[in-house]
Amino acid sequence: MKSLAELAAIREKMKDKIVLREGGANTRIVVGMATCGIAAGARPVLNAFVEGVDKEGLNGQVIVSQTGCIGICQYEPVVEVMEPGKEKVTYVKMTAEKAEKVLKEHIKGGKVVQEYTIANAKNA
Amino acid sequence: MKELSLNVLDIAENSVKAGAKLIRILLEETEDTLKMTVADNGCGMREEIVRGVMDPFYTTRTTRKVGLGIPFLKLAAEQTGGYVNVTSRHESEYPDTHGTETVALFYKNHIDFTPMGDIISTVTTLIQGSPDIDFEFRHDSKDFHVLLDTRQMREILGADIPLNDPEILVWIAQYLKDQY
Repeated sequence: MKSLAELAAIREKMKDKIVLREGGANTRIVVGMATCGIAAGARPVLNAFVEGVDKEGLNGQVIVSQTGCIGICQYEPVVEVMEPGKEKVTYVKMTAEKAEKVLKEHIKGGKVVQEYTIANAKNA
Repeated sequence: MKELSLNVLDIAENSVKAGAKLIRILLEETEDTLKMTVADNGCGMREEIVRGVMDPFYTTRTTRKVGLGIPFLKLAAEQTGGYVNVTSRHESEYPDTHGTETVALFYKNHIDFTPMGDIISTVTTLIQGSPDIDFEFRHDSKDFHVLLDTRQMREILGADIPLNDPEILVWIAQYLKDQY
């Protein structure tokens, strides 16, 4: 059974981590969480990225954030990956499983998963 | 929406956009009803906007931001015989007590009642997206009394640890799960 008191222990443990984190994140993963995104299944996609970033030890290098509707509701859940010095990649019709693949191949491996991108969806 | 917890997430996102500092999510269950309240201290809405949020076809350019969230919730509640009520106090008229309260009542035993789904995931998603806002989440029924208040968490964690740290989010999910 978890208790609020445990937070004190987490606080102690995290003191050192905070210093490490100040190096600054460089990659941003942005998940659309407006009504359209939520209805299309964005919540498990977001959670998959949050959990995946933690599991892959990418904390501090990758920031997962939420945004509103960007106007392509028919392609939701939409995920944008922004890396410094690179063009933004827009992934569409995402799922938690696809999120795992994007994390492994693109975020960690540096190779864009073309089949999930909006360019690919438009050509299909 | 396939789960009511997704409606809760969607409605609470409106509070985030309204610049709320505190968002209270209350779920109260009886034998046959579920009452959902999302109350915030955000900027609030003017009376004519409040009247408009219920009707997706009323929406004009100025109110377009409101979108389909409330109509979706209204549909989910009314198809069980329940209702949705939105009250709001705009900051221009209520400088100290502004905010919006959305109440939805559902009849749980109605065949068209949408299941609650993963409400814990809704809470962690909200905190992940808005770590600087305070959330009070309560879910009460005859079997459980679940409470999470980020103000209590901050008292222990201090101001320098962000609530959207993965370790904290994992803790929140487990803390809530243990109370069910």
